Amino acid sequence: MGQSITVTVNGEKKTAEVEPRLLLVHFLREKLRLTGTHIGCDTTHCGACTVLVDGTPVKSCTMLAVQADGQQVTTVEALAASGTLHPIQAAFKQEHGLQCGFCTPGMMLTSVALLQEKPDPTDDEIRWALSGNICRCTGYMNIVKAVKSAAAQMKASAAVPEAATASARS
Amino acid sequence: MLPAPFEYHAPHTTEETLELLDQLGDEGKVLAGGQSLIPLLKLRFASPAHLVDINKITDLDFLEERDGTLRIGPLFRHKSAERSSLLASRYHVMADAAPQIADPIIRNRGTIAGSVVHADPSGDWGTVLLALDADLVLRSKSGSRTVKARDFFSGPFSTTIEPTEILSEIRIPAAKPQSGGAYLKLERKVGDFATVAVAVHLQMDDGKVRSAGIGLTAVGPQNLKAERAEAALKGARLDDATIKEAAALAAEAAEPKEDHRGSVEYKRNVVRVFTERGLKRAYERARGGG
Ligand SMILES: Cc1cc2nc3c(=O)[nH]c(=O)nc-3n(C[C@H](O)[C@H](O)[C@H](O)COP(=O)(O)OP(=O)(O)OC[C@H]3O[C@@H](n4cnc5c(N)ncnc54)[C@H](O)[C@@H]3O)c2cc1C
Ligand code: FES
Ligand code: FES
Repeated sequence: MGQSITVTVNGEKKTAEVEPRLLLVHFLREKLRLTGTHIGCDTTHCGACTVLVDGTPVKSCTMLAVQADGQQVTTVEALAASGTLHPIQAAFKQEHGLQCGFCTPGMMLTSVALLQEKPDPTDDEIRWALSGNICRCTGYMNIVKAVKSAAAQMKASAAVPEAATASARS
Repeated sequence: MLPAPFEYHAPHTTEETLELLDQLGDEGKVLAGGQSLIPLLKLRFASPAHLVDINKITDLDFLEERDGTLRIGPLFRHKSAERSSLLASRYHVMADAAPQIADPIIRNRGTIAGSVVHADPSGDWGTVLLALDADLVLRSKSGSRTVKARDFFSGPFSTTIEPTEILSEIRIPAAKPQSGGAYLKLERKVGDFATVAVAVHLQMDDGKVRSAGIGLTAVGPQNLKAERAEAALKGARLDDATIKEAAALAAEAAEPKEDHRGSVEYKRNVVRVFTERGLKRAYERARGGG
């Protein structure tokens, strides 16, 4: 039995007929072909499937697509939508915040939400915020560094809006 | 993993929800944060024919103190408890527990009420409510009734709620001056369920215990209330001997099972040690410290 839903995904309204039992992660990956959202454990433990729903990190393997009806969903694909890397992506790249990259979309989206709330987090706050995202490769040190570096970068560009707009124009 | 097929309902009011649950009877299941129910559906441990999602009802996400009672709504989420300054200042046992529930992403969606109805013997909120001597308001189409937390749990994942009822409000006696609490949880890693956890709530009165609440997590078929330990504390001064005696009684009340998290003896001993520490911390806080 299909149910019609309209979800704003990365700023675009998407309407689809879905079965109520379809999980949000499958809606994103299979219906919309947004495969940047990964499935790691499928048991609500790893955070690889994390997306933002109305700005809040949610494990998309543990939410139904029908529950996202009328809501805003942000996936990793939105981060570089403008064609340039988001500061969090640039920082993960710069600081080697990833090895295989499987956990990275979830890590970055949780980090983006953290930086929205706390633009200048301490190491402890970063570790705490990311404690629902599991990485099997990096040992976390560089992930924490990457988030700190993105925070500094984002603060610097917020502090000089004039310069930023000037360089964007040139 | 996909759940078995079901029909999905997303009512906008409590009245609509109760009407639906009344019609559906055993076939209906309430969906709150989904952080326990959706994993169960995926594993096909549950396959209700109808899900009634309450997330679209706008007036269920509340925490307020009114008429001498702290009231918690069905959609009050773990993360809101974690960030509440009211809980941090006066309901220490709740403020301690909140950040220790699951992980931050799960806390963004999971609710206190959902945890309580889920009734996992390793869940934390039931224990906290036992220590706080909470009342649970259960509402159906035909009316509402109030059940004490200690009469609500009836075994692993079982409670006295009917399928046609929702837990519409959790009521806790408002914290008075000279009260303090603590929640101590031993977990193997961050985000894990408790190996053992202990909830303590104390109401002091000029150096004597007016009332004490002690709850135990993951050491029995359900969240336990250590009633003999509570009784031993009532009216007493909190000296070392009294604390030791209460801790020993709490350890006796525990009925742990050996599993991959630890042996019976180990868990019982953690109950004892955590009860001691919890009483000391709660006492400190009741006196305005820590
Ligand atoms: C990896 C992982 C780790 C976790 N760790 C912990 C932990 O350390 N400690 C802990 O306590 N919990 C833990 N949890 C469980 C988590 O706290 C859940 O959020 C909670 O148990 C259920 O709340 P919910 O709002 O998500 O309820 P749901 O999953 O939506 O519902 C759970 C049950 O309650 C019923 N229900 C929900 N709300 C109501 C209502 N208002 N009236 C009537 N029935 C209702 C549902 O029908 C269902 O049977 C963990 C979960 C996961 C996946
Ligand atoms: S795939 Fe969703 S938490 Fe692991
Ligand atoms: S980089 Fe491989 S899982 Fe994190």
